[in-house]
Amino acid sequence: MRTIVTAVAVLILAVLPVAAPWLQFVLTLAIAKGFAALGVAVLLRAGLISIGHAMFFAASAYGVAFLARAGVNDLGLLLIFSVLTAALVGAIAGLFLIRYRAIFFAMLNLAVSMVFYALCAKLYGVTGGTDGMPVPIPAVFGIMLGEPLFKTVLFYLSLVLMLLVGLAVQRYLNSPLGHALSAVHSNEIRLEYLGIPVWAVLLIAYVVSAALAGLGGAIAGFAIGRVVPDFAFWTASGHLVLIAVLGGIGGVPGAFIGALFLELLHSAAVTVTDAWNLIVGLTLIVVIMFLPQGFYGLFSRKEASSL
Amino acid sequence: MTRPILEARGLHVAFNGVKAADGVSISIQDGEFLAIIGPNGAGKTTLLNICTGYIRPGSGSVLLDGHDITRLSPRAIARRGVARAFQIPQLFSAQRVIDNMMLALAAKDGLWSAIRPLDLGTRRAEAKALLDLVGLADDADRISSTLPEGHRKLLDIAVALALKPRLLLLDEPTSGVSALERFPLMEALMGALRQRRITALFVEHDMDVVARYASRVLVWNAGNIMAEGRPDEVFSNAQVRERVIGVA
Repeated sequence: MRTIVTAVAVLILAVLPVAAPWLQFVLTLAIAKGFAALGVAVLLRAGLISIGHAMFFAASAYGVAFLARAGVNDLGLLLIFSVLTAALVGAIAGLFLIRYRAIFFAMLNLAVSMVFYALCAKLYGVTGGTDGMPVPIPAVFGIMLGEPLFKTVLFYLSLVLMLLVGLAVQRYLNSPLGHALSAVHSNEIRLEYLGIPVWAVLLIAYVVSAALAGLGGAIAGFAIGRVVPDFAFWTASGHLVLIAVLGGIGGVPGAFIGALFLELLHSAAVTVTDAWNLIVGLTLIVVIMFLPQGFYGLFSRKEASSL
Repeated sequence: MTRPILEARGLHVAFNGVKAADGVSISIQDGEFLAIIGPNGAGKTTLLNICTGYIRPGSGSVLLDGHDITRLSPRAIARRGVARAFQIPQLFSAQRVIDNMMLALAAKDGLWSAIRPLDLGTRRAEAKALLDLVGLADDADRISSTLPEGHRKLLDIAVALALKPRLLLLDEPTSGVSALERFPLMEALMGALRQRRITALFVEHDMDVVARYASRVLVWNAGNIMAEGRPDEVFSNAQVRERVIGVA
């Protein structure tokens, strides 16, 4: 049942830009944010809220821009190296941050990400300051494409990556490591007495979550064609938490459902009113009050009842 | 005389001036079932905390197979074959009973794969066998926080057994377990310990349980060992009967 629902959803997503070409950019951006929100959701399993994950989103996008400036011009290589950049930044920050819990973890993530934001904004000679850096269109398998075709390739690549990476993350969450991650939230003492190093469980999760945010950042950089410090601003991090909570952390699809919903809602709301944040805020209130498991809870509940 | 698996030498621990261990030395031999009894607050649980690395003594040392483990973490000591069941069960409350068991088995197996699932057929079968041993087979798919306290206690013991320890430390294994379940549980537990050749040290308040299952009893009082010996020797000690058991 789950496979059929996923296949139908992906098929609809694949066809939507054909019917409404303007949706292609919105959906690409939604998938990019979905990856980053999935990174946030991974940490939420351990009860850790990161209000700083936009840093990895931005680090990866800047990584793409720097690599492109250095002459790397292949989409695959740029994606791989930018994700590795985010993972490396995640490993360095994680070594320090995983020692903290609850509000301290959230605030320290926020603080570190704001330091990163300030560096991006102030180091004008290196990062272009608030003007940011261009992310040029790279070659795809050695072929230079025009912008419209590249954006189409990027969208369908994002869709495929959403499936493949989503499956990989699902396997991780179902593995002993994934269960140990959830167990951190319940009982760290018991984990230690099982001989399981809590720090290693959390560091691996932190690096995985940073890499996911990085993948999202790289895709967003390519889609927008530019990276600016606002990618790392704290409101962007809050936006990722919002997506994760809206979608639900019960399963991998939740992050993407939340991102798609929010991006589409945003696109629709701005055509109606300038106060689109009001509509988003009201939606969040409704979801928190009536759907504590997020939108994904609706699907998983239906699935459980159909068994 | 077999070799001691665990030795504590000259332990000193005090909390706010109150001595929980005042130069105490104990040892437990391979294959023994050592019971520690004593009044509340005597320092029995503190001894378990020291032996598993949860707290460090002010002075003294703990040896496992002759190697000093005094400064090791609970994790490092667990990996050397020492498991513990707690007075207040330490479980993964949001996870199913079977998942608690399978995670313990995975930890022992060292299967730190991020790809292979936790729920493997062989692991599930092993987990169910252990749950059956403590009478929780029917609760396998329940969320562990929904179990009654006695069953949570049983699950805590089963999780400790899943680590296939050489030495098992049990803190009041029968507290919270109903009177009807108490002796069947202990029979099954002791059978499993003998079958798996696991040495056990257990803190216990139920003297019937101690009399029936301990091979040696150690009486802990005010941070010191008041008496030590076979259950019949200890229970006939007038001082122990008066101060610990509460009968003249």
